[in-house]
Amino acid sequence: MKALLVCEYREGKLLDSSYELLAFADKLGAEKSMVLIGSEAAGPRFGGKVYLADVAKYGEYNPDVHKKIVLEAAQRENADCIVFLHSSYGWDLAPRVAAALKAAQVSEVVSVVDGKFETTCCNGKMRRMVSPKTAKTVVTIQTGAFSFMGDPQGTPHLEKLDLPDTASSLEFVGYEAAEAKDVDLTKAEVIVSAGRGIGKKDNVQTIAALAKALGGELGASRPVVDAGWVDHSHQVGTTGQTVSPKLYVACGISGAIQHLAGMKKSDFVVAINKDKDAPIGEVADVLVVADVMQFVPALTARLQK
Amino acid sequence: MKILVCIKQVPDMESRFKVNGSGVWYEETDLAFRMNEYDEYAVEQAVQLKEQSGNTPDVTVLSIGPGRVVEVLKKALAMGCDRAVHIQDDEYYLKDSWQVASIISAYAKDKNFDMVFTGMQSQDRGSAQVGATVAEILGFSCATTLVSFAYGDNVITAKRELEGGLKSVIKLRLPAVVTCQLGLNTPRYPTLPNIMKAKKKEMLSHPVADFLKEGAHSVTEKFYPPAKKGGGILLEGDVNDMADRLVGILKEKTAVVR
Ligand SMILES: Cc1cc2nc3c(=O)[nH]c(=O)nc-3n(C[C@H](O)[C@H](O)[C@H](O)COP(=O)(O)OP(=O)(O)OC[C@H]3O[C@@H](n4cnc5c(N)ncnc54)[C@H](O)[C@@H]3O)c2cc1C
Ligand SMILES: Nc1ncnc2c1ncn2[C@@H]1O[C@H](COP(=O)(O)O)[C@@H](O)[C@H]1O
Repeated sequence: MKALLVCEYREGKLLDSSYELLAFADKLGAEKSMVLIGSEAAGPRFGGKVYLADVAKYGEYNPDVHKKIVLEAAQRENADCIVFLHSSYGWDLAPRVAAALKAAQVSEVVSVVDGKFETTCCNGKMRRMVSPKTAKTVVTIQTGAFSFMGDPQGTPHLEKLDLPDTASSLEFVGYEAAEAKDVDLTKAEVIVSAGRGIGKKDNVQTIAALAKALGGELGASRPVVDAGWVDHSHQVGTTGQTVSPKLYVACGISGAIQHLAGMKKSDFVVAINKDKDAPIGEVADVLVVADVMQFVPALTARLQK
Repeated sequence: MKILVCIKQVPDMESRFKVNGSGVWYEETDLAFRMNEYDEYAVEQAVQLKEQSGNTPDVTVLSIGPGRVVEVLKKALAMGCDRAVHIQDDEYYLKDSWQVASIISAYAKDKNFDMVFTGMQSQDRGSAQVGATVAEILGFSCATTLVSFAYGDNVITAKRELEGGLKSVIKLRLPAVVTCQLGLNTPRYPTLPNIMKAKKKEMLSHPVADFLKEGAHSVTEKFYPPAKKGGGILLEGDVNDMADRLVGILKEKTAVVR
């Protein structure tokens, strides 16, 4: 079994998450090679074959072109399994590669069991065990699910790829930086976050009051930010900030993977949720099953004493 | 201009999921269903584009699934889509994402759509595949995970959301598929007059067999809840008792409450 691992490269750097692909391939028991649209200078620390296409020529993002490069590497390598991260790069590119190969695609894999792939569904509440029925398979792996132990090492054997045809109906114009943050949650010792379960904008102040009583900062899940209840600079998660406070209190937050990714390194997690089965329970040290608007004021009152 | 919007009806994610007789999906009885959250943004964006283009674009909304999905199609019509297409499939959960995309593509193939809107993922299956796969089958250009959308002179200018708050700005030519991320716009609530108007709009219905030409690339063997990690303390019962207990726990286990 041969696995071709598709590295990610952004703003001139190889993304560290690329090494998670190696950990996955080891779990699969596969022979590994990598493909990178990047630069030799910022190549992976990996002692095997790396197919390299020059980013100066092909750009950091262009799925039409990157698809052709990955397909070329897959063909040369005769790869059985092509592996991406389940990231904005991977979920964008993987289906195109899979469709071109008429290969099964399994998304957001969290573990491998006897050659079958376990994936999450229903907002993390359930799992599916999926088996591919095609000769080749395309997989995206959940970020953080397969961690690379130790320090990656090695010098790659480079094989350069050159593509004659770079025609595309898509043009990458450039990046737009994240908005400036007026709060730096990464330094906070206590974060109390509001989720959609708080019900309405007016209730944000109840959550903020608990944050104040604990001497901490207000955080938020994405829907609360999208709805304009709380500013984006307070958002915790993959598309917000990654935090690791001593205490994290999740108020009315279900615990979607994109939220968990931003807070699961917290020392102590308290979740307040009316749903006993909410996935936030998986990372919570204490799960309080209650209506958040009843429980939070009761807790704040005790802390203020 | 002709626009297609693909929507899925999914259970409320606060539900308790039970495994159905097939062992590979959830039991539908007792579940409350709604429009996939991501697809609400897709419908809204399509309707906004119609309104911004002097109401000339024609917007078709499509959903594959059992009889119940007519409810979300009605909602999309009330939000401003022009016609609905229900592709009836009671065994929708046995199709993999490749087949779902193939069915949509087979429907769309000879209809000259200029733009297809989908959600970036469905909340229940969450494969994040269907949109990009449809684009690949139809030979359309495609951008996923949009948090900003503008259209002019046959070009879509969009922002994709990347990790950590970074965005990428891209331009794509028509015909195109775009997949919509949370926060792309503010989906409207259907008003009563629009709900009434929607009742007069066309609701077409086709058996899935009319468009199903492809076999599955993968199969679900089992559907089950994750193993409980446990370890955590579960507090249930009276609010005041729980608050007392939590303060005690925080004093004992953390340095932040004394
Ligand atoms: C590419 C991508 C990036 C994303 N990035 C992020 C990110 O950075 N951060 C982020 O947070 N999300 C992110 N998301 C969204 C994420 O998938 C979830 O949709 C989101 O985290 C859900 O927020 P929530 O838990 O507040 O809302 P919901 O999932 O709607 O959960 C609300 C919870 O509140 C509970 N509840 C309801 N009423 C009450 C009550 N009265 N009392 C107590 N509990 C109650 C419910 O049981 C439920 O568990 C991203 C998604 C994608 C696809
Ligand atoms: N049964 C369906 N009917 C119509 N559209 C669907 C269906 N399933 C998925 N889609 C569309 O494809 C998107 C991505 O779904 P998925 O690939 O399952 O994550 C959804 O947001 C919908 O827009």
